[in-house]
Amino acid sequence: MRIGLRTGGALAIQATDLTLAYQQQPVLWDVDLEVPQGVLMAIVGPNGAGKTTLLRAVLGLLKPAAGEVLVFGQPYADQRRRVAYVPQRGSVDWDFPTTALDIVTMGTYGGLGWVRRPGTSERTRAAAALAQVGMESYADRQISQLSGGQQQRIFLARALVQDADVYLMDEPFQGVDATTERAIVELLRALRADGKTVVAVHHDLQTVTEYFDEVTLLNVRRIAGGPVDRVFTEENLRLTYGGRVAGIGGRAVGNDLEPSS
Amino acid sequence: MTSAQIDVLLVAVVVAAACAIPGTFLVLRRMAMMSDAISHTVLLGIVLAFFVVADLGSPILIVGAALVGLLTVVLVEATSRTGLVREDTAIGLVFPALFSIAVILISSLAGDVHLDSDAVLLGEIAFAPFNRFAPFGVDLGPVAIWVMGAILLINLACTALFFKELKLATFDPALAAALGFSPALVHYGLMALVSITAVGAFDAVGSILVVALMVGPPAAAYLLTDHLPRMLGLSVLIGATSAAGGYWLARLLDANIAGAMATAVGIAFTLVLLLAPRRGLVAAARRRRRQRWTFARQMLLIHLATHEGTPTESDESHPDHMQRHMRWPADFSARVIQTATDRGLVVLEAEQLRLTPHGREAAKEAAVR
Repeated sequence: MRIGLRTGGALAIQATDLTLAYQQQPVLWDVDLEVPQGVLMAIVGPNGAGKTTLLRAVLGLLKPAAGEVLVFGQPYADQRRRVAYVPQRGSVDWDFPTTALDIVTMGTYGGLGWVRRPGTSERTRAAAALAQVGMESYADRQISQLSGGQQQRIFLARALVQDADVYLMDEPFQGVDATTERAIVELLRALRADGKTVVAVHHDLQTVTEYFDEVTLLNVRRIAGGPVDRVFTEENLRLTYGGRVAGIGGRAVGNDLEPSS
Repeated sequence: MTSAQIDVLLVAVVVAAACAIPGTFLVLRRMAMMSDAISHTVLLGIVLAFFVVADLGSPILIVGAALVGLLTVVLVEATSRTGLVREDTAIGLVFPALFSIAVILISSLAGDVHLDSDAVLLGEIAFAPFNRFAPFGVDLGPVAIWVMGAILLINLACTALFFKELKLATFDPALAAALGFSPALVHYGLMALVSITAVGAFDAVGSILVVALMVGPPAAAYLLTDHLPRMLGLSVLIGATSAAGGYWLARLLDANIAGAMATAVGIAFTLVLLLAPRRGLVAAARRRRRQRWTFARQMLLIHLATHEGTPTESDESHPDHMQRHMRWPADFSARVIQTATDRGLVVLEAEQLRLTPHGREAAKEAAVR
């Protein structure tokens, strides 16, 4: 990690007092999120803790009931080009009639704007991103014929082609095999080495300290956040998961918990 | 063919092509039933616009119809967003409500006008040639061709211009929004195309055929290709062919033309469902059959390989042992052994099945996978 990036300049992402609700039911309650530049940050919490909602709020896909989100000190709408998004693999229909290369090319659409079509240079960049995730020989493959891990790599390639400064990833390790998981970790480290920032929703508590520099523990409220070695403690995990440290799916009542950090 | 028949055929083919384009995106977005709703509720727009302009030929009618088409989408979404009813239920609630308002208005207030609700459902394409487009007394063919030709061009132009946006917003609306392409705008744009297509088409062919032409050809094309531009092209082709085939069928049976065309769409889809090269039911059944034989052969090879060189080999490799061990019927067992022998995978020597080197290789390969 480059220390200079930490102290100087704006935070990559700064959310303050963020509150989001579906049908008047709070999903995030007064959440602060501070992501320094150039770190890999995990967002960890039980099911229903609001992890995906937090990412979607940063991306401006959901309108917060209160609070604000800044990306490099400015609203997201002014910083679109600096943010790439990797949604959950299951959020799209993989029977859609198109090829792997075409999906990756979608990452260039933001730079093209309305109406302009992707041309040779966009497709070349997409092919390079495919090669970066080791999928170059699958460029013309129909997307429904790819395995789960390969589909995840396609999504990562699509984010790489956006050439952003911040990468928001929703469970990039969900349902991938060990080889793909290692490849993704390599990729995250390469991004960090380039000074990029990654925020990933993560489910596997065993690998948090190995893969990430920073962690935000979330359960409707932010329980704790900061460098992994300081924040990823048993005490904080107990607060996050409601006494069941290893328990995935133990849905704690976040409103009863006091933030400890 | 008389010139009137050619006119009917032309109208039908143009309508089919115009419907197939927005229909493709409806099918991919799993919103096929929205075409059903919109193709009926546009009637309300026509009626309301007619009360304003009092002219059945006015293009304002199309605008009114498109607006009510969008209103249908808004109401369906508002109803399902309450979280109390699902979207398909919401469609079933909104569309009869708007449609019946239109029917009531027609029957009570516009009784003396040529706007009748039977024609709405089935249309009367046979009359299309009689309504001529003749500015300054020059006959330029049926009005329906000009109207539908214009709508087809609009659909083609919008799809070509916004192809990338339509594709992105259909495949991954969240990314579309994150990149600044409003998926809502794309959605309502598409619904506007569906609405003007429905209103233009339904005057000629009725709402049932609009639904058939918007859903059937794209559904068939989806089974034939993995490529979106090709899917659009095939949808147009299947739609146009069905329309022409339906017209021929109607003349053969002396039946209602729209009904025959909708039937032709159904026949075309059924043929594709059965015969599509990769996804068709016949291909799937053949694949399953082939897999069954391949699997049986692999079981035989792996069984022989496992016991090769063991003390029990002579028992385990006796041909009669296979049907007991694998629980195969006798004739099936005999055929598996026969095909394995034909392919040079095993040889029968002194009542013993032995793997050939080729067969040993195949057994190893099958076991690894």
